[in-house]
Order: sequence, then structure tokens, then C-alpha cells
Amino acid sequence: MTSTVVEQTTRTAERSEGPRPRRSAAVRADWIVGYTMVAPAVLGALAFVIAPLVAVLWFSLHDWNVLANTFVFSGTDNYERMLADEGLKDSLLASLWFSIGLVVFNISLALLLAVLLNQKLPGTTTFRTFFFSPVVVSLVAWTIVWSFLLQADGGINGFLSLIGIEGPNWLRGEFTAMVSVIVVQLFKNVGLNMILFLAALQSVPEEILEAARIDGAGAWRRFRSVTLPLISPTILLVSIITIVGSLEVFAQIAVLTGGGPGNSTTVLVYYLYQQAFRFNDFGYASAISVLLFVIVLVLTLIQWQTRKRWVFHEN
Amino acid sequence: MNHFTPRRRRTALVAAAGIAASALVLASCSGSPAATETPDEPVSLRMTVWTADETQLAQFQEIADAYVAENPELVSDITFETLPFADYTTSLTTQLAGGNAPDLGWIMESYAPEFVQSGALADISQTLKDAEGYEYDDLLDSSLELWQKDDGLYAYPFSNSPFAIFVNTTQIAAAGQPNPADLAASGDWTYENARDISAATAAVSGKQGLVARDFDFKVWENLSTIWNGWDAEPWPADGASCTFTEPEMVEAMTWIHDAIFVDGAMPGPGVTADFFAGDAAMTITQISRASALDGSFEWDVLPLPAGPEGQQNVIGQAGIGVFANAKNPTVAADFLAYFTQPDNAEKLAAFFPPPRESLLNADVLAVANPKLSAEQLQAVVVDGIQGAVTKPTHVNFAKVQDAVRAQLDAMWTADADVEAVLDKTCSTIAPLLKG
Repeated sequence: MTSTVVEQTTRTAERSEGPRPRRSAAVRADWIVGYTMVAPAVLGALAFVIAPLVAVLWFSLHDWNVLANTFVFSGTDNYERMLADEGLKDSLLASLWFSIGLVVFNISLALLLAVLLNQKLPGTTTFRTFFFSPVVVSLVAWTIVWSFLLQADGGINGFLSLIGIEGPNWLRGEFTAMVSVIVVQLFKNVGLNMILFLAALQSVPEEILEAARIDGAGAWRRFRSVTLPLISPTILLVSIITIVGSLEVFAQIAVLTGGGPGNSTTVLVYYLYQQAFRFNDFGYASAISVLLFVIVLVLTLIQWQTRKRWVFHEN
Repeated sequence: MNHFTPRRRRTALVAAAGIAASALVLASCSGSPAATETPDEPVSLRMTVWTADETQLAQFQEIADAYVAENPELVSDITFETLPFADYTTSLTTQLAGGNAPDLGWIMESYAPEFVQSGALADISQTLKDAEGYEYDDLLDSSLELWQKDDGLYAYPFSNSPFAIFVNTTQIAAAGQPNPADLAASGDWTYENARDISAATAAVSGKQGLVARDFDFKVWENLSTIWNGWDAEPWPADGASCTFTEPEMVEAMTWIHDAIFVDGAMPGPGVTADFFAGDAAMTITQISRASALDGSFEWDVLPLPAGPEGQQNVIGQAGIGVFANAKNPTVAADFLAYFTQPDNAEKLAAFFPPPRESLLNADVLAVANPKLSAEQLQAVVVDGIQGAVTKPTHVNFAKVQDAVRAQLDAMWTADADVEAVLDKTCSTIAPLLKG
């Protein structure tokens, strides 16, 4: 009823060339209530999302020396510096390898675990709990424990030696350090994606699978042609949050490797942290933040646009 | 074509203005001009420190409260804020960036040139010299060097802790190795002998040999305690060029590399060993660590061994600076003069070897180090501070430190080409050294 009145009022206002008619008290009251309801969220977004974003953009156009307390407008200098910064290129490359490794293994393993734990077998509840439990553990605590396990004389090499294998010095080799960081992050978060997939799998109608079975489709065919399309919205969700999460990894790098050995695990966010908080170059770090924002935005938009080709039953 | 109605345009303008205002408010957080006048009313002072030791903090507070009682017109209260040691400088600079500069703060020696040259600190030399009964000339010139620029002094070096070598005589004796103290007495306390004893002891004990504490294959500047015996340095005093490729540094680094990967005298990367828990035969660390000894094994402490170019004492320093951009630098400097005057400096000497020559004696230092004998204090602390050098410092230290760490990572493998790694290190840091 109220919405009809609003529409009529709006249309009348658009048609008339005279002064807009006054809204009824009821409509104004509705508006006040509505705006009051959304005000906290809007104000929160303005204060903690939009304003910092604009501030970072502003900082990125300045040369900001924290120690000397200078804040000088430098235009696009920081952005031009990024183009010639080999360290930044290395960190982008490290981020790329980390993201590829994490996303591929995380989504694959999460889906595999979800399929396995979707069976009606004894003990599945225990395994679901087992794989999900790392998600609720403190990230830093989790990483510190892994740092002990991954040391040259740590638990993993101790276990390998029991079966006659001499393990590498995991955190001292460039390749093994990256693998280690990926694995630590993988086991930390795979449980969350597993639960999302599990929920999606359990919403696949049994009658459709049954129909496919009657038509002679084998297990793999049913999974590929029935299950995957039906859970594709969840795959989209999981891929977006996993890719964005992989680009924002920081704590694991800081605790496990400190960006080393060499700069092999200095991913973009860790590089940003170094520029800002170790080298006190806040202007340049802000420019890198803007770059990270653009990268995440573009990747998310690409996934969002390509969903039309492979995501089914969006509605 | 503009689709905005006047109302919408006004709304958009208001929103944009709000966002811009927020941004400007945040931008203005980069600090306000420092007040240099004595305040009209009593002010609060805040000093950042990295100690969480309650005894030390209580001592600081006692001195501060006495100052407040003597100067009620200047100061209402003084607080000491503990920041975690591992992230101390990062936390401090974050406060500076946020326009929340402390009035005073501890500063690590590695970052001294950066803080001194940048203008972050106020010149306190005149305040200290003018303070009644301060005895400025009692301060050792060598201890002030790092904190000076032109004729100014930008921090008071409250801690001058020498590096020494602690030895586990229980393990060494069990391995049938000579007592390092005897070698020191006969003038044979060298890195060669320390390496041989460490390797032999580790082979017998199944534990580790010589541990450069806190090095952990990241804090490479701690290796200066070793390479100083070769008269090596990463860059000369002016910090403008790289000397990692000089023969003495190549020789010293080769010695360290081989001690790790050939002789088994030092633990390799990824191996943890705590001397104070009985995990190693020897450790190079600062004298203040003696408090961690729990009597579970016999031990001794000796000056750093001699290298091919002789013995060189090394100290780790820390300074107290007054931040130029804080609200009350004048009052803060006055408090610093009070905090470090002779009487209070003697109280602080209970925890930190002082820069005052009159206090550098075994009697004063014995109060702080009850586990050390007068002979040990004389040999390691009193004599250790005289003519000592500090660990490497540079005006661009943070960037240089990280760049060197990244390059030296290639050296910590058994088959590393030490000279090639050092060559690449120099080519990498050369632009950073020039600033």
C-alpha cells in the first residue's frame, strides 16, 4: 500500500513542472524509520570502509616520511616508482604462485573431502569435525605450531626419518618454503570450504541423481553432469573468497618465513607491510594498497562476469 | 548529460565533502607542529620502553614520581609504556605516523642514525649540560658517538651492554676439552680455539657447539661480534659504500660458513639451541643474559675471543630520545636530564651498564649482576665497554638490513659460494647505502 503511494507520488512529481507536492506524514515517517534502520550500517561503511579507502588514495599521492614528520604532495611519483620496482614485481610473482597453489589445492581438496564425507558411512561426523577444527583455531597459534613442525629438526622431519626419508629444511629452501606456507594455509582453511561444499552437495535433489542413474550414467558422469552444475553457485562463492583470501595472506608469512629465504615468500601484502611499517614509507605503501585493491576488484569482477558461462541455477 | 536533480547533486556534494573531510582528518594525523614552550599547566609525559620487567619499571616509576613531586608546576604524571621488543621500532613509528608520538622513547642502536638524521629527535645536549649537578663530562665520548650529529646529542645512551661469550664448562670438561678461561689467561682465547672446542664438545654431547644468540640466520648484524676479530665491516663509517667483498669480510664469512657446514661447530639453519637451557657449549650474547642462568650446569663468561686481527669488544647500545614532534619536548628533555643525573644513573646501573665513567666499576655493576664475580665484571663489562664498537648501523638501516638478510640467505647452504654471495650482496645494497 505504502509503496503504491510512493510510486504514484514519484510519477506525479516527474510529470508535473510545478513544485513537488508534499509527502504525506506517513510516507515521511516510513522514510525516517528506514533511514534510521540503515544509518548504523551506512555510517559504519563510511567511517571504516569508504573514508579509509579515500584516505589511502590521498596518502598514495604523497611522500610521507614518518620520522621527519613530512607529508609532501608528490602526485603520481609513488605509482611511477611501482613500475620500476623489482621488489614489487617479485612480490607479485610470489603472490601469483601462492594464489595458484592455494586456490587449486584448497578447492580440489575441499570438494574431495566434501564428497567423501557426504557418504552415509560411520564416523563421518568425527572426520567433519576433525577437518573443520583448524578453522576455529587462532591463526597465529596455528602457524607457530607449524613453524616448530617444519624446522630442520622438527616434527615432520622426525616423522619422515622414521620411515627412512631425510626431509628437507622446509623453511630454508625457496621452493619448499613456499610449499610449506601453502600447506599451512591449506589445512587451516580447507575445512571451511569443505563445509560449504558439503551443504551444497546435500541440497542436490536425490531424484535428479536417481534419474541420471536410471538413464545409465555412471558415478563420474553423474558427478560431472549433475552434481557439479548444481553446486556451481557454491563453487563460485568458494573461488571468490579463496582467491581474495590468498591475495591477502600475511600472518603465515610473517610468522613462518619473514618473507624468506631470499624474497621467495615475500607476497604482496607482506611487501606492503615492509614498506609501511619497517621502512616507514607510508606513501609508497599506500600506493601498493591501491594496487592490491585494484587487483582484488578486477579478479572478483572477472569471476562475477564469467559466472554466466558456468554457474547454473543462480535463482 | 547530467542526470542529477538539484537534491541529488546536493546529497552527492555533501557525501563527497564528508568523505574528503574524513580523509583530511586522517591525513592530518601525520602530526602537529611541536610545542617548544614550557606549558601553562602541568602536562603528562609518556615514555615507550621495551622492558616488561616489573622491577625495572618500578625503578623508573620511582624516579619519575620523584620528578613529579619536585616539579608539580611542570608535570602531572609520567607513564612508561611497554611495547613488545620484537616489534618495538615498528610500533613506535606507527605511533609517530598516527600523530601519537610519545614524549620520550627507547631507541635501538641499529636505528640510531635513522632517528638522529631524520629530525625525529630533539637535541638534548644543552639541556643535559645545563642541568645542575649533571656532570656531562662524565659521559664516555665513545658511548655518545652514535647519538650525536654536528654538535648536538639526540639521545642518552642509557644501556651499554657488552657482548661476551658464555661457556658451559660442564659440557666442555666432559668432552675433555681445554678450559676456555685457561686459554684466555694464556692469551690463546681465539675464535679458532673456540670453534675447535665447540665442535669437539658438540660431537660428544650430541648437542650444539657455539651459538650466536639471536642471529637465527636473520639478524646477520649479530655476526659482527665474530667478524670484528677479522677487522671486517659491512660498510665504512660514512656508510656510503659496501665492504662485504673486502678480503677480511670474505675470510670471516667463510670461517662462519665452514664452522656451520664443515666443522659442525655452530648450529645450522632451522636448528634451535638455547645455551641457557643447556643445549649448547657456548653462546655469544650480551652480559645481561646472565640472569637466565639457573645453576643447572657449571658456566663461565669470557670476553669475545680474538680473531686473526686481534680482539675487539662489541657493545649493544640503547638510547633514550626526546621526540621533536611530541607535545612537550622541553619538559621531556628536562625530565630526561633528571632521569639520568648521576644519582639516578647509579640506580639505573642496577639494570643497564651506564655510559658514565664514574659508575663503570665492578662495585656498582655487581649490584645488577650478582651471578658474576668481580673479576668477570671487570674483564667483560668494565674493560668490555672501553674501546668497544657497536653493531652495524646505518641511516637507511631497515632497508639495508632486509636486503642483506635476503642475499645472505643464499650463503646458508653447505655448497654455497661465499664470495659470490657477498658480491651479489654488495651489488644489491649499493644503491641503498647511497640513500
